[in-house]
Amino acid sequence: MQAKQLSVFIENREGRLDEVLAVIKGAGVNILSLSLADTSEYGLLRLIVSDPVAADKALKENGFSSMLTGVLVVRLDNKVGSLQDFLCVLAKENINLEYMYGLTIENGGKASLVIKASNLDKAANILTAAGAELLSNEDISKL
Amino acid sequence: MIWNEKMETMSREELTKLQSERLVATVKRVYNNVPAYRAKMDAIGLKPEDIHGIEDLKKLPFTTKADLRDNYPFGLFAVPQDEIVRVHASSGTTGKPTVVGYTENDIKMWSECVARCMTMAGITKKDIVQVAYGYGLFTGGLGAHYGAEYMGAVTVPMGTGNTAKLITLMKDFGATAIACTPSYLLHIAEVLKENGDLDKIKLRAAVCGAEPWTEEMRKQIEATLGIDAHDIYGLSEVMGPGVACDCEYHKGLHVCEDHFIPEIISPTTLEPVPEGETGELVFTTITKEGLPLIRYRTRDLTSISYDKCECGRTTCRISRFKGRSDDMLIIRGVNVFPSQVEEALLQVDGVNPHYLIVVDRVNNLDTMEIMVEVEEKFFSDEIKGLEALSKKIAKAVQQMIGLNAKIKLVEPRTIERSMGKAVRVQDKRKLV
Repeated sequence: MQAKQLSVFIENREGRLDEVLAVIKGAGVNILSLSLADTSEYGLLRLIVSDPVAADKALKENGFSSMLTGVLVVRLDNKVGSLQDFLCVLAKENINLEYMYGLTIENGGKASLVIKASNLDKAANILTAAGAELLSNEDISKL
Repeated sequence: MIWNEKMETMSREELTKLQSERLVATVKRVYNNVPAYRAKMDAIGLKPEDIHGIEDLKKLPFTTKADLRDNYPFGLFAVPQDEIVRVHASSGTTGKPTVVGYTENDIKMWSECVARCMTMAGITKKDIVQVAYGYGLFTGGLGAHYGAEYMGAVTVPMGTGNTAKLITLMKDFGATAIACTPSYLLHIAEVLKENGDLDKIKLRAAVCGAEPWTEEMRKQIEATLGIDAHDIYGLSEVMGPGVACDCEYHKGLHVCEDHFIPEIISPTTLEPVPEGETGELVFTTITKEGLPLIRYRTRDLTSISYDKCECGRTTCRISRFKGRSDDMLIIRGVNVFPSQVEEALLQVDGVNPHYLIVVDRVNNLDTMEIMVEVEEKFFSDEIKGLEALSKKIAKAVQQMIGLNAKIKLVEPRTIERSMGKAVRVQDKRKLV
């Protein structure tokens, strides 16, 4: 099961991130998590939001380059070694991780991570078979 | 010192007579041997017999870069292919380069012209000349090389790209002269200064060309290196470097008029302008065999003076260039048309032709940055995807123009849209 991530291209200029966030806010969309990858020239903002389609539309209308990408959101036990337990399964199958960032840590002792892997469908199958819990956007909103 | 007293100090009357004879012969030759020229002359009802001397020059139709492109690659050559001994090529306005062919005599004539120019710069056969232009299709390297060799100087084929080695050899060989672009020479001067090597060199003369430079830049080069720097001009279509050069008085560039007839025309009316006025420089070659050119529009803006020079030469002088009548850029000595960059960008899947070329000069070396808008269709959520895109664009540009450009990805619609002709170039260098 894949979740939708919103990716936005932003130039390294003062106030640019703020403008993106303002558009998302204006669309009434809640940000659940984000990661900002930077290079010397530009940044790449990746977000998990309450309504990715609405946010994507609003950003495009405001002249931003944004897109929706499939990612895996894995819900793990919040305990020592649980991340490694799952990632080693992917490594064994030669699946490459493109990027990864944290989503939430729940009071109930669970932690969720966003993962982008080279072969997303295969990665999803492997993780599910290994007993991982994969979340949809709907699931995430309820966390 | 004058390399060829006879040709360079001839009276105007004699020169006009010589030019006229050579022009009449050239026109006859191209009419008979080059279908494209014949068609152009026939179209306006002009016969070779109508050309009696240089006073009839203005009756002849112009030749442009487009004619070279339309007859790519060898269509304008006026001799059978087995008489061609070398070809060079320079940038066309689009992907196809402009091809120039030389016969054995053309190479000799070119060497002679370069020797005249080097002599104007005070270089003699006793000198050790480092040629630090690019060797290859570009005319700079081989042109200067053959000229220096023809003079009998020790010629060192450095090429470009390895400044450290150039400096080592400059010191070790005791090189006394150099031929390269003025910006490269300034760069070399800075490196020498930084390394504290300025007193370890014997350099005394330079012939710099292939790009526009200012009088201030010349003075800066001369002061830093303690040398005489001269401006050599040429363009590959006409021949290459050596068409003109400035003498020790630096009051304009003496044209090798016994080989090339210069004219100045208005780029709008295409009519000759009065002497001394600025306009577009037009050349007719009158001795070239491989690729003779009739009234070739160089697009370089300048003026001509026919006053006798203090150096004793009687050949006319063109003034420092005042720009171009087209959008061609000269970056690190390489001719670049924005249309070529556009063509390269369009070869990359999904790239929109919204771009801006930013040219600057950092530490005396030209830099070229191309800003390209990241459109949705080639946007990626992965940095490596965006980096791959930059590399792909850079490679396409490199293959098209032979220069490495820095590609800067920018947000969509951030490059200013213009209502009329799009602004594609921002040249921050102050050269004119």
